[in-house]
Amino acid sequence: MKKGVILSPGVLAGVIPLVFLSLFYFYPLAGIFFKSFFSQGGLSLSSSGYVVQSKRMAGIVWFTLWQAGVSTALTLVIALPCAYVMATFHFRWKKVFMTLATIPFVLPTIVVAAAFQALAGEKGILGNMAPDQCLVMIFVAHMFYNFSVVLRITVGFWSAIGPQMKEAGAMLGARPVQIFFKITLPLLKPAIFAASFLVFIFCFSSFGVILILGGPGFSTIEVEIYRQAAHLFNLPVAAMLSLLQIVITFALMWIYTSLQKRLVQFSPETETLSARPPWGLMEKSMVAGCVGFIICFCLCPMLALVIKSLWYEGSLSFIFYRSLFYNVSGSIFYVPPVRAMGNSLMFATATLAMALAVGGCAAMVIHGARGRFARFLDPLFMLPLSTSAVTLGFGMIITLDTPPLNLRTSPFLVPVVHTLVAFPFVVRSVLPALRSIPHALREAAGMLGASPGKVWVHVDLPIIARALTVGAVFAFTVSLGEFGATLFTARPEYATIPVAIYRFLGQPGATNYGQAMAVSSLLMLVTATGFMVIEKLRPRGHEGF
Amino acid sequence: MKIRFGVFFLVLSVCVMCGCSRDSEKKETTSSPSPSAASAQSETEVKTPEPREIKEITLMTHDSFSVSAEVIALFEKEHNAKVIFLKAGDAGEALNKAILSRNNPLADVFYGIDNTFLSRALAADMFMPHPSVHLSHVDDALKLDPSQGLLPVDFGDVCINYDRQWFQNHDMLPPTMLEDLIKPRYKGLLVIENPATSSPGLAFLLATVSRFGEDGYLEFWKQLKANDVLITSGWKEAYWGKFSAASDGDRPLVVSYASSPAAEVFYAKEKPAQSPTGVVIGHGSAFRQIEFAGILKGTKQESLARALLDFLLSPSFQADIPLQMFVFPANKKASLPQVFQEHAAITKEPATLSPGRIQSHRDLWLSQWTELML
Repeated sequence: MKKGVILSPGVLAGVIPLVFLSLFYFYPLAGIFFKSFFSQGGLSLSSSGYVVQSKRMAGIVWFTLWQAGVSTALTLVIALPCAYVMATFHFRWKKVFMTLATIPFVLPTIVVAAAFQALAGEKGILGNMAPDQCLVMIFVAHMFYNFSVVLRITVGFWSAIGPQMKEAGAMLGARPVQIFFKITLPLLKPAIFAASFLVFIFCFSSFGVILILGGPGFSTIEVEIYRQAAHLFNLPVAAMLSLLQIVITFALMWIYTSLQKRLVQFSPETETLSARPPWGLMEKSMVAGCVGFIICFCLCPMLALVIKSLWYEGSLSFIFYRSLFYNVSGSIFYVPPVRAMGNSLMFATATLAMALAVGGCAAMVIHGARGRFARFLDPLFMLPLSTSAVTLGFGMIITLDTPPLNLRTSPFLVPVVHTLVAFPFVVRSVLPALRSIPHALREAAGMLGASPGKVWVHVDLPIIARALTVGAVFAFTVSLGEFGATLFTARPEYATIPVAIYRFLGQPGATNYGQAMAVSSLLMLVTATGFMVIEKLRPRGHEGF
Repeated sequence: MKIRFGVFFLVLSVCVMCGCSRDSEKKETTSSPSPSAASAQSETEVKTPEPREIKEITLMTHDSFSVSAEVIALFEKEHNAKVIFLKAGDAGEALNKAILSRNNPLADVFYGIDNTFLSRALAADMFMPHPSVHLSHVDDALKLDPSQGLLPVDFGDVCINYDRQWFQNHDMLPPTMLEDLIKPRYKGLLVIENPATSSPGLAFLLATVSRFGEDGYLEFWKQLKANDVLITSGWKEAYWGKFSAASDGDRPLVVSYASSPAAEVFYAKEKPAQSPTGVVIGHGSAFRQIEFAGILKGTKQESLARALLDFLLSPSFQADIPLQMFVFPANKKASLPQVFQEHAAITKEPATLSPGRIQSHRDLWLSQWTELML
């Protein structure tokens, strides 16, 4: 009976993510794989031989793996100290800094490249740091993008660790370092693991950063798939590589899921929070260091963009912003800035809702399921995050082409595709919180006569609300910054802000460049505003981000 | 706190429901509708009878396509039609999507297959022959498809652009042909695009193959590499990231288009008398890219599709091409705008290769180039 109470809502919830994934992910992928491998009648596996034998491919796979590993490690190194400060101390404008750290996530790579160049380039503010150290640029960009992923996921979890346990440790004579390594770190592991895997998979399937900042000397599997599919139209090789990418992701997630079983669980303090003002010089300088780092690392590149958008012929000017409202060439594809913002916000809101629904349900079903099925489900739900956009896009074109699923040119496909990328973030942030809820709590509520639904609303939801907020922020951000979805639906009237940026950068001319910078600044503004609204909607008493 | 929380949950559930209802809405309109939905639909149809039905026609193209609103309105008015645009990625991607959807086409007309992809498109056998009346005003050198399924609509030359100011400041003359680029005095000045990921990059590689032949082009590239050429992944990174005339970069030579100087003038706040950039187009150093359009087999509106393709070749659309896409119109009857007459260039001796040869050697040249340069 106990088991029934715990399982039934979870199993019911499982229908939503499974149907969603089957329709919009597995069905299109199966279609394109089938077409690629069986197009010449029989099974053509010549391509697999090509992929396996080619030395160049082996190099690409190896590079993809190690750059992702190094990027993840570096991101952890810079983000964890900041997470410690953010979780431990209260200080003025903490939320503002948290927001600042997350905005980079939405910026198109080409704009980030421009920002870095403004700082690091020859005429840049930082002087003579060479911008062409390509490998370094890849790592810096990956850290720039993923800093907030680690920060938000760990802070949400970290601030829930009550001070009691640490105090008990201190009372028994443990030094602060010991407390950290023996108590805090083991408790934090689920969140750190979750964040690391997200970052790793993100870097593993990195596309724009490698292509634009790394330069042509570097290639990940994702870049190679794009080259093979879009330029050479070598579908069998592209499909083979996509499959390889999926298998690697699945294997990694499998290891991760197995590791997670051995982690310590703890009961979070949902109401009392351990954040306090910093005392003494040491702690104050830690806060200053964290704030200083975020200013240098996140704010400066963004400011450089804003300055570029406001700088015209040696003085401040709004000329680029004003010209946004004027269709110089009379093009039918001109998108007024307000409409681009409206489109972006519409898609982001729809994505947020869908990602929370799909991701929340997916987390519940992973949590509720037992045995082999569970170990299979968790990796399954992470696959969309690392699947090549071109492959999926081609798949959708050949499969979603007949009623009732004739969605090939429907704008509805945009939030769907965004949700595919966004919902794994929701899963990863919600799952650790869900796992931290002691069964005794639910059982007690059940024993006192609460129905499973009531138990969920009054026990589960308040505890996972913080994690849901984190997931919501990421869903919103992923959607705002996602450019690849134009690969899927091609209706120019639904142009989003990133699409507008790329449109301006498509042609020479100083005005175009200035306008691209102006629209990028607007994108940052919209993102920041969106965060404020999401945070306002968050229930009080949960110091999550 | 409870109230706040309630609001949060309410908003959340409303959002979720919206998400779901969008979903079901979509399905209702596309799937066989339930009886009630069907009756509702027929009711609305009865209520608003259209005097003359507006026909929709879809034009599939690449991301760089553009047209004036007023020009397309001419066509829509004349044929009582609405043109739907589909932008399906860059030139290669858009074509591949058209090929993939050949049996159930996404559109009626396709615009923007260039001569480097022409053979692939023709091999897919998906375009309907259409001997347009306007073809008589198109240069024969541009007509590469004898079956007249793909008609030339525009062309542009890919070539080296240089930063006038930079060469003036350094008291140097800009290069005049490809051979100059390997001279020591131009060391470290050029930025190009990776031909494997960029269309102008590929065009420049083809220019060198055309100029130095299959046996000699790799030698040229070897020397170019020794002369410290910089390679980026795409045109945006090269032009907006490294080219000294358009960015904080320090390379005064870039692979771009022969019409880029005209764009520099057109998109300048105060129009300069001379463009800040110049072009190197002599001695077969510029590769001619020709774009084609055609009617997709399987269109359900053949006559309207033919009318649209004719319109795309007509002087009114063709005259709009230069300032929208910064390439030249194929139709000689179309008049060029002032800024093009003054600042854009057409080479008299373009580098060319037959589409068939490009198709059969593209893989080989690209892999040879990649092996040598990267």
